[in-house]
This record gives sequence, C-alpha cells and structure tokens, in this order.
Amino acid sequence: MRGAPERLTGEGVPIRFDKLGVVIAVIAAYAAFAAPFATFRANRIVPGQARSMLEALPAATGPLLLAIVVVAALVALFKTPLLLRLAASAAALAALALLIGVAGTFLTPTGNTFARISPASGFWILIFAFTLLLADVLTRLELSPWARVGVLVVASAAVALLLISGSWNDLSILKEYANRADSFWAEGSKHVTLALGSLLAAVIIGLPLGILCHRVERLRASVLNVLNIIQTIPSIALFGLLIAPLGWVATHVPAAAALGIRGIGTAPAFVALFLYSLLPVVANTVVGLAGVPRAANDAARGMGMTDRQRLFGVEFPLAFPVILTGIRIVLVQNIGLATIAALIGGGGFGVFVFQGVGQTAMDLVLLGAVPTVALAFAAAIILDAVIEMTATRRREASPA
Amino acid sequence: MIEIEGITKRYDATAVVDDVSMVIEPRTIAVIVGTSGSGKTTLLRMINRLVEPTAGVIKLDGADNRSLPGYELRRSIGYAIQGHGLFPHRTVAQNIATVPVLLGWDKARIKARVDELMTLYQLDPEAFGPRYPHELSGGQQQRVGVARALAAEPNVLLMDEPFGALDPIIRTKAQEDLLTIQKRFGTTIILVTHDMEEAVHMGDKIAVMDAGKLVQYAKPAEILAKPASAFVETLVGASERPFRLLSLGRVRDAVEKGTAEGEAIPGDASQRDALAELLWSGRPALPVRDADGKPLGRVTLDGLVKRSARPA
Amino acid sequence: MKAWLPALLRLALVVLLVAFLTNPGWFEPLLKPLTENNAPVIYNQGSLLTLTLLHLRIVLIATMAATIVAVALAILVTRPAGAEFLPLSRSLVNIGQTFPPVAVLALAVPAVGFGEKPTLIALFLYGLLPIFENALTGLTTLPANVMEAARGAGMTGWQRLVKVELPLSAPIILGGIRLSVVIGLATATIGSTVAAKTLGEVIIAGLLSNNLAFILQGGLIVAALAVLIYDGLSAVERYTARRMGRETA
Repeated sequence: MRGAPERLTGEGVPIRFDKLGVVIAVIAAYAAFAAPFATFRANRIVPGQARSMLEALPAATGPLLLAIVVVAALVALFKTPLLLRLAASAAALAALALLIGVAGTFLTPTGNTFARISPASGFWILIFAFTLLLADVLTRLELSPWARVGVLVVASAAVALLLISGSWNDLSILKEYANRADSFWAEGSKHVTLALGSLLAAVIIGLPLGILCHRVERLRASVLNVLNIIQTIPSIALFGLLIAPLGWVATHVPAAAALGIRGIGTAPAFVALFLYSLLPVVANTVVGLAGVPRAANDAARGMGMTDRQRLFGVEFPLAFPVILTGIRIVLVQNIGLATIAALIGGGGFGVFVFQGVGQTAMDLVLLGAVPTVALAFAAAIILDAVIEMTATRRREASPA
Repeated sequence: MIEIEGITKRYDATAVVDDVSMVIEPRTIAVIVGTSGSGKTTLLRMINRLVEPTAGVIKLDGADNRSLPGYELRRSIGYAIQGHGLFPHRTVAQNIATVPVLLGWDKARIKARVDELMTLYQLDPEAFGPRYPHELSGGQQQRVGVARALAAEPNVLLMDEPFGALDPIIRTKAQEDLLTIQKRFGTTIILVTHDMEEAVHMGDKIAVMDAGKLVQYAKPAEILAKPASAFVETLVGASERPFRLLSLGRVRDAVEKGTAEGEAIPGDASQRDALAELLWSGRPALPVRDADGKPLGRVTLDGLVKRSARPA
Repeated sequence: MKAWLPALLRLALVVLLVAFLTNPGWFEPLLKPLTENNAPVIYNQGSLLTLTLLHLRIVLIATMAATIVAVALAILVTRPAGAEFLPLSRSLVNIGQTFPPVAVLALAVPAVGFGEKPTLIALFLYGLLPIFENALTGLTTLPANVMEAARGAGMTGWQRLVKVELPLSAPIILGGIRLSVVIGLATATIGSTVAAKTLGEVIIAGLLSNNLAFILQGGLIVAALAVLIYDGLSAVERYTARRMGRETA
C-alpha cells in the first residue's frame, strides 16, 4: 500500500509543545509568582526584605508586567514561528529592564538616600529565562556575522539609553556607581589597558615566536611546553611569583623604577597577563601555519617566491583565521583575569569586586562584575564575527 | 528467502527508493548496483531496518521484518560496511564477539566461534585476537569486519561496499574469500556496490538501480546480453561488455577437441583469462588441462571470439 | 631533550613539594632573606599541609560533581529526545566562557554566604563548561562508520552509549576534566578572598602583610600542584587515547 493517507490528529491544527519552551515556562512561572522581584534594604549593608512583582510596582504596571511575562512564556511554551519568539523574548526583556527602574523609584521612600533597592532573584531568573529564549532564537536564525554585531550594537544602545535616561538611577548598583563615578572610569580604563596592552605585547612577541617555532621544529615542543606550564599556574600564584623578581628589578635598576615598574601594582599584573597570552597566540600561529595546504606552498615555491614573499603572500593570509581565534581566546581570557590584578594593587574592575566582597556589599561586587562580563561578552561576539568573516572570504576565494 | 514487496522510502517529497519489489533466493548472492544516490544503500538498510520504509513490506523467510524490535532483528542479520567500522577500543576478538555477546552466548561457545572465524580468515587467534584494530593492515581490518558480521551465524549477510576501501590486489583476494565462505556456510548475501566488474563477478543475480527505481533484476549474463535500458547499457560499459561476458564462463565449458602447443591453461580459469593469454602470447589456441594435469582439449581464439558476441 | 629528563624533573618536583609541606622548617633559611623586620618566614596561621589538602578536597568535590552533571547533560542533548537543546547548549557554553571565575565566585556569595560554599559553587559552575564542551565534542564526532556498525550489530540505544560512545569519547572528556581541574585549582586560590580555607590564604596574607616569603611559598605550592596534576592527567589522557585507538594531536 503506497501513499498512505496522512493521519489527522483530532480536528484542526495539532498543538505541539516546544521542549525548551516547557523549561522556560516553568522557570518563568516560578520566578513571576513565587520569587521576589525586588529587595528593599534600609541601608546598603543590612539584610533586605523581599517584594513581589505586584508589591514592587505601582498600580497598573505590576499586572501589566505579569501579563507580558505570561504571554511571552506562552509563546515560548508552544511551537511558534521564530520571529514571534524573537519579538516575545525581546519584549519581555525590554519590559523587565524598564520596569525594574520603575520599581526602584517606586520603592524608594521620597528623600531617603540610605535606602537601597536591588533586583531580586525573581527578576534575575526572568532575565535568565528570556535570555535563554532569545539565545535559542538567535542560534536557530543562524545570523550572519554582521547581523550578530548588529544585534550587539542595538542591545548595547538600548542599555546605554536606559543608563543615560536615568531610569535606573534609583537602583542600588547605580547608587554605588554614583558614589564612585570617577574611580569607576579610571579603573575601567586601567582594566581595558591591562587586557588590551598585554594582548598587544603578546601578539608582537608571539607572532614572530610562532613563526620561528613553525620553521624550527626542534624549538617547537620545548617552547610550547614551557608556555603550557605557565598557563597551568593559577593567576594569583603567578602574580605573587612575579612580585619578587620585579621588586628586585625596581630596587636595583633605577631606570626601571622610573618607568613605573614595581613589585606590586600594574607591572606584575601586566607581565602575568602577557605570559598567559603567549600560549594561545604562539600555539595558534603554529597550528595555522601548519594547516597551510602543502600544494599552496609548493606552488608558491614553484613560482619562485622567496621565503619572505611566501610567508607574507601565502602562509600568513591563509593562517590568519586560526591566529585570530587565538587572539579571541586571549582577549576574553584577559578581560576576565584582569579582575584579579586588583589583589596586587594593579587596579581594574576587580577593585570593586574585592572591595564589595570585603564589605559584603553585593551591589559593589556587581558594579565590578557586570561591566567585566559585558566587555568579555562583547569582545567574544565581535571577534567571532570577524573570524567568521575572514574564514568565509578565504573559503570563497579558494574553491575547496 | 528475502521478499521485498513494493518498498518505498520518501524523505519529504522525494522518493529515494521507489516501489521496489524483488525476491532473493536462499543461499545465493544478490548484488545491487547503481550510481551514488540511486537508493541502493537505502534499500539495503531497510532490510535490517536501519531505515524504516515509508511503504511496502520486507519478509525474511516469510516473516515480516517488523515482527521483532529493530535491534533484535539486526542481531540476526550480518552487516558489513565500507571502511569496516571496527570498534577501535576493542580487541579483534572482542570485535568479532560483538553480536554473540549481545545474544548472551556462553563464553566457551563465543571463544570457539571467534577462533573458527579467525582461522577461516587466516588470522592466527593467538596472535591477532588480543590486538587492536589500528594495529592491523587494511586488508586484515576488512577481514575482521566480515568475520564480525558472520559471528552469530546469520542466515543473511548485508554488505555495503565492503571492499570499497581496499586496493585492487587485496580486493580480489577478499572477493575470493567471500565466495568461498558463502559456499561453506550457505549464507544469503546481499551486496551493494557501484562496481559492475564486482557485480558480474560476485552476483548470482544483479539488481540495477537508478534514481530509486529497480531498473533490471536478472542473472549477470542476461544483464550483459539484454540490458533493459540505455542506463543499464552505460553501466555495463559497451567497450567492456564482451570481456565481462567471457569472465562469466569457465575455460572447461569452451573446450574444443584437438591439441595445441605451449603452456596449458587450467580448466577452472575464466574464459576472459584464456582470451588474454591467447592475445598476449600470439597463439591461435591453448591446451587446456584439469586440476590433475589431465589434458581436456584446447581453447581457440576463434571459439572465444564467437562466445563473446551478443547472444541471440 | 633526553627522554628521562622530564620524568626526573617531575620526580624532583614531587619530592620537593612533599618535603616542603611536611617539613617547611627546613626551607626557612632559603626564604629568610625575603622577609623584613623579623616577620615570620613560614606561614604561621595554619599548617601548609592541611591547607593543601583542603584546597585539593574542594577541587576534587567540585570537579566530580561537575563531571557527573556535565557528562549527563552532554548525553541528554546528543540523544534524539534532547536534540532540540543541542544548538542552544552550544551557544550557552560560548556565553558561559565569557564569565570570569572571579565574577562567578563573588556573585555566589549573596546566595550562600561566605566560606567554602561559594567557592564550591563557583568551581562547580566554571568546571561544567570545559567538561560539557569536550563531552559534546566527543559524542558528536564519533566515527560515522563505527556508529553505523554498532547499530547494524543490533545494539540498543543504551548499549551503544555505554559500550561504544562513552568509551570512545573518554579521552576527549578527560581532556575537559583536566582543563576543569586546572581552572578549579586557580579559582580555589581566589576562593580564600571569600574566606574559603585554601592555599590562597597564604598568598593573600603575604600580600596584606607585605611578606614576600608568604607570597612566594603560597604561589610555589599552588603552581607545583597545578603543574603536577596537569601533567598527570595529560598522561592518563594519552594512555586512554592510545587504548581507544584515537590518536590525540
């Protein structure tokens, strides 16, 4: 019997659940109905009191947010078109972002500068649930590199707009920021300088070292082994181990001291980050160069290219995407590791994290952690996009 | 006996296998030939239900192959694939014992069977049993792959381009080994290949597939002599046809009375080999002897040329 | 380089480490020049050996938990029933790796308070990622013809998982565990900033009291542990890879 008739399930369109949607709906339902939306504290270090979504928002907005969350969760729950899911997750995230600011203003007693309002577990879980939905949609849409950077720019612009408009100003994390606006930007620029500067130094030293390792096989294993061992050493330990030699240099070489090299501070942090960065750069350069097709190299040699011409004309361009992958690893890793520099007086966002831990002021921890994560995340997305673009361009150029 | 009745497999709108019916007699070798994408592998994989058909029935000795759970069905059918697919983390002996272990045979019986198969395939059980697949040569790996497929004494053996990854010399040897073992165990074999030479050499019957349809299913001589369509004709290869036809016959069947000078050819050699020898040595006739060296007569160039012509 | 040299160096490192942990007093003269104003040379607010063992215990517990959860999750998303989660889980791993361990550590404190708990949580969460990622790689890059053969031989889904997929992925999963342990050793060190009893305590105490000898001994012990464990796990991984017929690069 061929062409068996399609079996119909009941009348009309069958209802199908989305598996991830079920998870998201369960999480969202718990967060919206059972978990606190915001926390109220009389001052920055006393324990807080929980406020549910309806308690934390003025009259009509509470039910409105609840409705938006329920609708978005229902869109997630069933098998629905991707664009509808995109709209639902974006709308839910936007509503949450806007209204947490409203909750801040609403819950702060007028004229009280000590009270602290912070987002509570319910808010964070809702953000997590709908980010999950958004991430799933974006993954399934298989966006082009440009489109991904576009989404990042739009999201950053939206957050910047909320920050500038002052609608979050009554939230505790921004109150912490208001108290240290100057040092925030100073530590921020130190953080970026540390992460980018050490990356730059690693590229300047690492690329030639990688090329050398590629050409001289005897060198390869020992150089990579040493760099591997350095990567293994935990960051605090490495920072600590560098304090002694750099301190010695500072006391015995006046010129170095004049340059700002000391046992404690930015110098050991910079050197440690630089050392950590070397392995991915060197290893990926070696892997990239080794991956250059033999035929391409032979053809270049056959046409009479010198070693130098071959390196810059053939090997390097072909190995570029792989080298770029190494740079991506280093940058994301460095942005994270730079937080630890604060422990040895090297500055950076880690200053707020460790101060916050010391004072048990979680808002201060967040003031340091959130920008760090945001920076690392943005760096990862942008570099991933660049890598994909260079890799596809090369694939199109060489029919393989 | 394997009965394939109106089997169809559709992915979305396209039929990969389209209403194929054929019967494979017990203890014979059926070869499915076709270009890549003709649906030959899908047809094979529907027999042991690695692929579930969209429509149609496949019966093994009269029983619908859906009367057992898929995995139990597959334990009763041998399956050998291109590139052997040996488990790299298990020794040769453990690889061969895979299905018997799944079936819960006792240890002594498994060991006896593994040793028997390894000896049959000229692999010393003591030396090769404890080795890992990556320590073997390509030809040895392929033999272990077939031994594993035969381990649980299946009545039916499915083979998907089993010799595809082998070099020509090892491939010929592997084909001869398979023919010997098929005769010994009387296994029904269905073999998929894209190589017409292999099909003509191995098959009791050949099934030609094109774009999901079964174009012709007949004995090799008939496929060569009366191709059902232009496609079959191309696949057979017009310039190869007479030689393939000769390769089907034994020299003993082409013997004429009389004698000839020079070195003799055994009666079991193919007529194609005899023709090649005649052309190469520039002789008009060769003496033929049987296995004991007894003269049988002679084979002549003229006689073979007549035999290689299109049959009436 | 001679073949026995690395082995000899490792052995020497083990001997030195054990000697230092059991009899730190022997090394006092070596570290003495690094201190000023008669400050203590050897860490005196707890035994170095105890701290080392506590440090290792945290890493061990967290890594074991992370391994179980990460491998279970990787198995789930590579089964037909969980296939819908596969693309998302890949994205999540990518996103997760942009979270620095310090941030995870600090953010765990409000949820569970100070002490070992936030350290354990941070180690566990951060340890999940490399193991999950490697398990996913291992389970999705199995040789196609081996999987075909396993199915063709009549193995059930469970038998294929236990007898073929997991053993063949083992070397790659071990690689993930090794990365996870190394990250864990580092994160546990930072854990002492949230009052976990680990070797980080020695380094932090040194930083606070400007005592180079403390910093150096803490740093050296942690570094030696990390290098030795990394090395040992690499050896186990190479052995399994050879056993499974999967050559690692």
